[in-house]
Amino acid sequence: MEPIMAIAVGLMYAAAIYMMLRRSIVKLVIGLMLLSNAANLLIFTSAGMTRGAPPLIPEGAIVPDGVVADPLPQALILTAIVIAFGVLAFAVVLIHRAYNILRTDNLDQMKDTDT
Amino acid sequence: MSFEVALPILIPLLTGALCVMFWRYNAIQRALSLAGSIALLGTSIWLMVSVYNQGHVVMYMGNWEAPFGITLVADMLSAIMVVLTGMMAVAIAIFSLSSASPSHERFGYYPLMQLLLAGVAGSFLTGDIFNLYVWFEVMLVASFALLILGGERAQMEGAVKYVTLNLLSSAIFLSAIGLLYGLVGTLNMADIAVKLGEAENSGLVDVIAVMFLIAFGIKAAAFPLFFWLPASYHTGPVAVSALFAGLLTKVGVYALFRVFTLIFNQNVDFTHEILLWMAGLTMLTGVLGAAAQFEFRRILSFHIVSQIGYMILGLALFTPLALIGGVFYIMHHIIVKTNLFLISGITHRLLGTYDLKKLGGVYKSKPFLSVLFLIPALSLAGIPPLSGFFAKFIIIRAGIEANAYVITGIALLVGLLTLYSMIKIWAEVFWKKLPKGIDDTALTEGRTSASTVVLYIPVVMLAICTLFIGLNGQPIYEFAEYSAAQLLNPASYIEAVLGGSQ
Repeated sequence: MEPIMAIAVGLMYAAAIYMMLRRSIVKLVIGLMLLSNAANLLIFTSAGMTRGAPPLIPEGAIVPDGVVADPLPQALILTAIVIAFGVLAFAVVLIHRAYNILRTDNLDQMKDTDT
Repeated sequence: MSFEVALPILIPLLTGALCVMFWRYNAIQRALSLAGSIALLGTSIWLMVSVYNQGHVVMYMGNWEAPFGITLVADMLSAIMVVLTGMMAVAIAIFSLSSASPSHERFGYYPLMQLLLAGVAGSFLTGDIFNLYVWFEVMLVASFALLILGGERAQMEGAVKYVTLNLLSSAIFLSAIGLLYGLVGTLNMADIAVKLGEAENSGLVDVIAVMFLIAFGIKAAAFPLFFWLPASYHTGPVAVSALFAGLLTKVGVYALFRVFTLIFNQNVDFTHEILLWMAGLTMLTGVLGAAAQFEFRRILSFHIVSQIGYMILGLALFTPLALIGGVFYIMHHIIVKTNLFLISGITHRLLGTYDLKKLGGVYKSKPFLSVLFLIPALSLAGIPPLSGFFAKFIIIRAGIEANAYVITGIALLVGLLTLYSMIKIWAEVFWKKLPKGIDDTALTEGRTSASTVVLYIPVVMLAICTLFIGLNGQPIYEFAEYSAAQLLNPASYIEAVLGGSQ
């Protein structure tokens, strides 16, 4: 399973970077979305893809018995998804406003503040 | 329970929430934000005192002991940074009383400012690497919204770059956290430090270290990842620029200091060699970029980049003296750089532009303001007896002692070029005659209006701080020495966090 996931993560990073290098700001934001999802998938994969029971501790015990799945990566991914959702919502509004003010979606024409 | 560790995060959050409740009442928001900032400064000094007495102040969130729950840890470096955050918060809150326009205030200027401060303080105080990511995002979202307040053309262009590169850096940071968790199975920084010492796969550790280096390098605006900074910092409202200039990049520098002293200290030859190159090139490109500019805030923005180089140099040399120098430099730079941006705001109020070619004649009508400019400007260039001289002196002395002559030469050269930029601003804005056809009624009218006097208060306060550090450097040096000693002894940090569970 891990090799397939690794290839999927790699492809997502590659697609994200390709999209971010395009000239259109809409594609730039799509690239950012792919990038954040690629990072989430990477956490999921690198934390180890073990099959296991839900991490519930029986009453009275201190440690769970048997092999259980690690719940922490999923908590991390959930947090990261929420954060990415908020930030990307902002990014979408930003490019909409930027388009309204600048009347272009070409990044090559947004160089006035660079030099 | 050491509540002083949590209060610097809680107070701005609470103040921000209260400001939102008084959404339509700008006067109340203004008063609240000033009161909240003063309270933040007060608690941060309380935190500093307890850190000074106890060494490390640790608080376990929800009483989950490390390494299971989220831990808030304050060592001397964190405490220094939080105190500086409090000082900047007060300065900006006073400046905003007069500089924030009603259109900014209507769109949540004060709540966002407080949220930003909470994010900054949280980043300085957390002892958990994933929690650090969360605070970074809190800080970023607030900074995105602050940067585009007003919605001008240049702000949109600047914000697109700022948002893109900072989100890219966050994604790299998150990926690095994922790989690190896969390797050691923990997120508590002290616990990571312990487990990484035992890790066998040192190749992967180096890869993760470099990913952190890139992620924090973007946040800190280090070479070659600094382009977003001079493209965006000069576009926002001036009080926002000043706060960003003082604090935001320093959060990246702080994260580099924390991670590369506590966690990635196994392969110093490799990681700190890269840091050394980064530091040298950051200094050079920043100062050369500034030399080509003719816009007040843009020159200052490029100088942020070059000064970041000195701080990273302190980390890269990795000797006790160099770390003292790095910490001292951060303290000096936050105060000085914020002050310079505030002064650019005052000249903008007087003459309505940031373009050096259209400015002039300020010395003739406002000699006091000119002196106020000279204090931070000469301090930035490193002229004795101001704070910048001692900061540079410690770093350069550390460089010579470490036999790093090339980098020391670069540091000296960059100091000279900084002086050139500051003299350029002095000559163009203050010394030369005002060009013809510029409206100078605000500049030459005899009496200064009350709203302009308010702008002077934080500038004078920060200038006094600069003079104090310069003329009475010993106590400040002792704080830096204390924090450097802690940074070089990660075992004490680990001991304080993990305590009895080890």
